[in-house]
Amino acid sequence: MIEQSQANLEVFAAALLELARQDSDLLVVTSDSRGSAKLAPFAKAAPGQIVEVGIAEQNLVGVAAGLAAAGKKVFAVSPACFLTARALEQIKNDLCYSNRPVKAVGISAGVSYGALGTTHHSLHDYAALRAIHNIIIVAPADNFETREAVRAASQLAKPVYLRFGKRPMPHLPRVEPGFELGKASLIREGADLSFLATGEAVAPAFAAADLLEKEGIHCRVVSLHTIKPLDLAAVRRAATETGGVITVEEHSVNGGLGEACAGSLLQQGISARFKIVGIPDEHTVTGNQQEIFRHYGIDGPGLAATARRLLESKVSDQALCSNTRLR
Amino acid sequence: MLTERDLKRKSLLYRKALLRLIKASGAGHTGGDLSCIDILNVLYNRILRVKPETFHGFDHDYYIQSKGHCAEALFVVLADCGFFPAGDLDKLNRYGSRYIGHPTRDVNGVEQNTGALGHGLAVSVGIALAAKMDRKDYRVFTLLGDGELAEGSNWEAAMTAAHYRLDNLTAIVDRNGLQITGSTEDVCQLAPLDKKFEAFGFSVQRCDGNDVAELLRVLEAVPFRPGKPSVVLARTRKGKGVSFMENVAKWHHGVPNDHEFKSAIAELEAAEAALT
Repeated sequence: MIEQSQANLEVFAAALLELARQDSDLLVVTSDSRGSAKLAPFAKAAPGQIVEVGIAEQNLVGVAAGLAAAGKKVFAVSPACFLTARALEQIKNDLCYSNRPVKAVGISAGVSYGALGTTHHSLHDYAALRAIHNIIIVAPADNFETREAVRAASQLAKPVYLRFGKRPMPHLPRVEPGFELGKASLIREGADLSFLATGEAVAPAFAAADLLEKEGIHCRVVSLHTIKPLDLAAVRRAATETGGVITVEEHSVNGGLGEACAGSLLQQGISARFKIVGIPDEHTVTGNQQEIFRHYGIDGPGLAATARRLLESKVSDQALCSNTRLR
Repeated sequence: MLTERDLKRKSLLYRKALLRLIKASGAGHTGGDLSCIDILNVLYNRILRVKPETFHGFDHDYYIQSKGHCAEALFVVLADCGFFPAGDLDKLNRYGSRYIGHPTRDVNGVEQNTGALGHGLAVSVGIALAAKMDRKDYRVFTLLGDGELAEGSNWEAAMTAAHYRLDNLTAIVDRNGLQITGSTEDVCQLAPLDKKFEAFGFSVQRCDGNDVAELLRVLEAVPFRPGKPSVVLARTRKGKGVSFMENVAKWHHGVPNDHEFKSAIAELEAAEAALT
């Protein structure tokens, strides 16, 4: 059993405060989001390094770009659903196109808000941002990756999108130590099948690998914390060294990690048993994050079932990029 | 330092230069370029404390052109102020050129990539806020089109500017009254703009935005009130300086034909001769 730990969001807030104490030019900009971003302790400890702009996400990103233009190191923090939809044009133009190295931080991402519904879900953010030039997209899996990602992003002179959920995440074991943006983290080694997962979908993939292990199916679990640029070599190795690939993400099955992996494999001339697991293109079911995950098979038993089916199938039976739903 | 009379001459030279540029490149926002050129002239030649040598640091006055489509006006003035050789503009809009139809940071002297409307004020607020936080005395000027004031992001940024008492920020509205469809008041009424900006916490002054002497007087007086961001409602004419382009919506992005080009240049040269 893996030990439960803090929400990635809380680790992010703590890591940010640590960085802010070392660098007075580091600023956090919020859109009435300091509470939901767990930044109230930051505001108390470093009141001169937090800027509030009100419930105005376009303004949040525009002001952040201006602060960066004047030499500040800026983290712009807002719920992922609003940040990457309402302020998408500001991200595209004011940050990416203008090359302002702001870290856009999407909090309570994916279906973290659960029963609050579609207005509060961000299932489009990878797809939207993948199509924009000059932004790095990162969704850390656990507390370790979160801490490392925040530090690494703060050092980068480029726009970065960081995406966090708010549920406590288990500590995941690691085959290799260390963390590097753009380089996949190997969580578990195995040759029968690979789970390529990102963000809060890595833990369910790990749970599935545990279940399958008991049946003698040895699964590789890879955290593709950096969705862009994608670690093409790690994706290639998963497809060529194991018996199939299942991608897992807390995002629409359209335009996210799964399609990025599928596209990269096809273009490398590699064919493999392949399944994209994510939120299908439908009105999202009501429930909390775990219930929604279970409903769409993004949990240990659901992913294990998908794995068994994939291993039984022939390569030619697999339809690429189909919407996954447990029958 | 350029006198008022020098500035008047510059304005005519800039008008001719930008028309040549639009004619040669085959595209441009002619009407708006001509309405805002006097504002850019006064800013770069008398108001802004920024030079090609100081541009790359952080401690200088900033200019953000929110109405990015009037790039030709900005490029002509930047070239004249030595940010890049004027000959570079031969490449405007050409295949592979870094000079495109909107301001980008690939062009020396441009602070921020613009073109989508309603972005400049928020970016300007961020720059001005950084100055306040660091107790620096640089100032930020931004040029807004009147048509783009329908973008709600302007008003989000306006609230923030007043909230943080950014009296180092001046927004200049190129109030030419026309947008691509027609009159700004017919498309989506802006009046009373002065009261709107006042209500959002700005200190407001009006002036004739095609009169360099008035522009100089107003822009030298910022901030109008300590603790408040300033806005200049600069009343201008779209197409100003070329009689047949003035106040005609079709010149929003019209490119003159050979005959129109010749008569426009002739008009501007006559105005130049009348100056002496």
